[in-house]
Amino acid sequence: MNLTLHVWRQAGPSEAGRLVTYDAPDVSPEMSFLEMLDVVNERLIERGQEPIAFDHDCREGICGSCSLVINGVPHGPRRGTATCQLHMRTFSDGDHIWIEPFRARAFPIVRDLIVDRSAFDRIIQTGGFIGVSTGSAPDANAIPIPKAVADRSMDAAACIGCGACVAACPNASAMLFTAAKISHLGLLPQGRPERTKRALAMVQRMDLEHFGGCTNYGECHTACPKEIPLETIALLNRDYLKASLVSRD
Amino acid sequence: MELNANIPSGPIEKAWETHRFEMKLVSPANKRRYTIIVVGSGLAGASAAATLGELGYNVLCFTYHDSPRRAHSIAAQGGINAAKNYQNDGDSVYRLFYDTVKGGDFRSREANVHRLAEISLNIIDQCVAQGVPFAREYGGLLDNRSFGGAQVSRTFYARGQTGQQLLLGAYQALERQIAAGSVQMFTRSEMLDVVVVDGQARGIVTRDLVTGEVHSYAADAVVLGTGGYSNVFYLSTNAKACNVTAIWRAYKRGAAMANPCFTQIHPTCIPVAGDYQSKLTLMSESLRNDGRVWVPKAKDETRRARDIPEAERDYFLERKYPSFGNLAPRDIASRSAKEVCDEGRGVGDTGQGVYLDFADAIGRLGEDTIRERYGNLFEIYERITDENPYQVPMRIYPAPHYTMGGLWVDYNLMSTIPGLHVIGEANFSDHGANRLGASALMQGLADGYFVLPYTIGHYLATAKPGPVDTSHAAFGEVEQEIAHRTRRLLEIRGKRTVDSIHQELGRIMWNHCGMSRTAAGLSQALERIPALRDEFWQNVTVPGGNEQLNQSLEKAGRLADFLEFAELMCRDALDRSESCGGHFREEHQTSDGEALRDDEHYAHVSVWEYRGPEAAPVLHSEPLTFDHVALAQRSYK
Ligand SMILES: Cc1cc2nc3c(=O)[nH]c(=O)nc-3n(C[C@H](O)[C@H](O)[C@H](O)COP(=O)(O)OP(=O)(O)OC[C@H]3O[C@@H](n4cnc5c(N)ncnc54)[C@H](O)[C@@H]3O)c2cc1C
Ligand code: FES
Repeated sequence: MNLTLHVWRQAGPSEAGRLVTYDAPDVSPEMSFLEMLDVVNERLIERGQEPIAFDHDCREGICGSCSLVINGVPHGPRRGTATCQLHMRTFSDGDHIWIEPFRARAFPIVRDLIVDRSAFDRIIQTGGFIGVSTGSAPDANAIPIPKAVADRSMDAAACIGCGACVAACPNASAMLFTAAKISHLGLLPQGRPERTKRALAMVQRMDLEHFGGCTNYGECHTACPKEIPLETIALLNRDYLKASLVSRD
Repeated sequence: MELNANIPSGPIEKAWETHRFEMKLVSPANKRRYTIIVVGSGLAGASAAATLGELGYNVLCFTYHDSPRRAHSIAAQGGINAAKNYQNDGDSVYRLFYDTVKGGDFRSREANVHRLAEISLNIIDQCVAQGVPFAREYGGLLDNRSFGGAQVSRTFYARGQTGQQLLLGAYQALERQIAAGSVQMFTRSEMLDVVVVDGQARGIVTRDLVTGEVHSYAADAVVLGTGGYSNVFYLSTNAKACNVTAIWRAYKRGAAMANPCFTQIHPTCIPVAGDYQSKLTLMSESLRNDGRVWVPKAKDETRRARDIPEAERDYFLERKYPSFGNLAPRDIASRSAKEVCDEGRGVGDTGQGVYLDFADAIGRLGEDTIRERYGNLFEIYERITDENPYQVPMRIYPAPHYTMGGLWVDYNLMSTIPGLHVIGEANFSDHGANRLGASALMQGLADGYFVLPYTIGHYLATAKPGPVDTSHAAFGEVEQEIAHRTRRLLEIRGKRTVDSIHQELGRIMWNHCGMSRTAAGLSQALERIPALRDEFWQNVTVPGGNEQLNQSLEKAGRLADFLEFAELMCRDALDRSESCGGHFREEHQTSDGEALRDDEHYAHVSVWEYRGPEAAPVLHSEPLTFDHVALAQRSYK
């Protein structure tokens, strides 16, 4: 099939960006979206032009590197699918496709479609861990954990940190990302002791990084390639409220 | 070159404990005076950096990713081994040790492997304490599954995302240390060389991938946890950016390279679909617990899988290896698949594929159980192929996956450059000629959490590296070399893209240094690789400049190293005139096509020393002795 792409090009964070149109002829439906971009890039390079820069690595939907807003939707039209797992059979001959970076104040553009998502790491730094140093752990089976609890924790832990939730949110809130970590850890007995401290610190950091507040649109969940449940946000709110009540500072 | 493996004397069961006691310690107050550079933030690098930070060292950690959480370790699916014997099925430290030595086809060091098996116990404890949500049984205790090459259930897993969950555990421990100020993290920074001063590794030089600036960093010791080199084949299951640069540049500074030809071809990957293919996707080996591998008995079969009656199917692994069946080790399963495809019995459009069929398991256990076990893998498969594996069998084919070879290290994980330590897939240490499933995660974390943090202290306490900073002339010289090389790459402005040359290299390597190898094929590859390297340096085109984010330039630098490394790999494969594990030389096989080792001449580690751009590398060997697991031909029949 033959497609027309409208791609956001921007040389650097402080440069002006614009949409540039490219032809993508002879696209096979079996190609992945990123393979389609590879082919477009190869052609640009052969003509001595600079390829479209985009983040990617594992190409199996797990590393969280790939991003892209495709036709207005983070990671494109297919639910529960990261851009790297999207295949061209989702599109039809003659389609125009708009490709833009994830946009949020907290995610400045680095180049073309690449944004800086290091704010996520800084949120984790404030409390997204269990404070156990190497070598001090009891036997792994010392604390049985009901399967249902472990499963719920795993549902939240599946977050790949891609930032689609932020890009999809009208407020550019990082609530789903933060809630996923708080739920993953807080549901487990090992994570309970630091629970309130964690919620308070991570939410504060979220604000400092200029993510917006959550007003329950739910767009984050729809865009999430791992379909992280919205109930995690309820868990976060509960921990945060409790923390605010007991916090003395 | 002197190779001293520093294996502790005395009984193997006590070796690590005794060694730990005998190693010198750095006092808590002195630790913060030492700076340690850790390159890589995968399982090995992140666990090492976090632990060293907890101990009080001043740690600098580098990754080319935008976050440590993106390292290739994140993609590991199936699980991690540990000799916990929670299933009471006869597992023990000794059995895990035994299985690993045997699985590695007797080309690993017994003492290292025993230590790995011992430490496996601590790893699971540590990970659970960090909040890794491993799969559990209804009673709340940890669940296990079995993996290729083992007859016990010792693999711990978190759905099909075990690597992700383990890496997040290590990443979170690392972020905690970053917040505490003991680790400084450098993201989107690519290490381009090691700096050696007075014979000791004293720092690295990096390129900032956003600005193109070249920076020097000095330290008292350097650790490389930079992963494997499967992408020398262009198409592999590795993430796109995985590369050989860090260990190759270290090799050229004096770190010896061990067994570079030992690579693992994984039997269960989704077959290649077209020329545009950018990478191959693994379907976890755990699928072989319930899936049955088969091809039609007849050549050039045209019927659909479901229309082929039972009697006309060849379940070739079950037929050839009745006691291990579909769980035969990876090298054996891969080679068997290649054999049936070479006979013209392969399936799919290209004929390069075999079926992995779940119909029996679904009939026996129900679709829900299968979904519970493998749901996300089935989904990955369906997304890529547009076929529903609950209804039609998967098609799989072997693909490059893991590299057992790497920089040579002694028992302390130190390379032949004093102070340069190597951990995880980047070293050659524990898997011999073939790695068993679920053992790489175990090794990466053993190295990072529990081995290196001790041994590096011993190095610092005994070598007592003196003060050196980046104003030392050695740093300036390396910076100049890097700037010069970058300029050269940008000035060629030829006609071919980096990827097109990489694909060509990949084809040479896959055809001649892949699943099976011959002296004639390897000799041919050894002629073609230098020619392709010349083509690269004369005709590649790298658009853009240095002072910007330039992905073509990054790829070009990595390919330049692959083009040199590939030659050493073929040279090593040619020298090793025997078959062992993943290294199959067609000249050396038993009458029924199994790998035929030559213990008399090759029970050793092949260790290559760099002697400059014009000279041939020199081969040394570290003899291997087997005092506990008797040398025998592996049998999985
Ligand atoms: C698809 C897949 C599935 C797998 N499944 C399993 C499994 O189920 N069980 C199992 O045991 N093993 C599995 N493996 C193998 C295992 O995942 C790897 O061997 C292991 O994770 C490697 O860890 P590492 O820390 O050594 O390297 P990596 O995770 O590859 O990390 C390398 C790090 O080094 C950095 N780096 C590299 N070079 C440079 C440089 N020049 N400058 C700066 N930074 C650099 C990278 O940014 C990265 O942070 C699997 C592998 C694949 C490909
Ligand atoms: S490239 Fe890793 S998630 Fe898409």
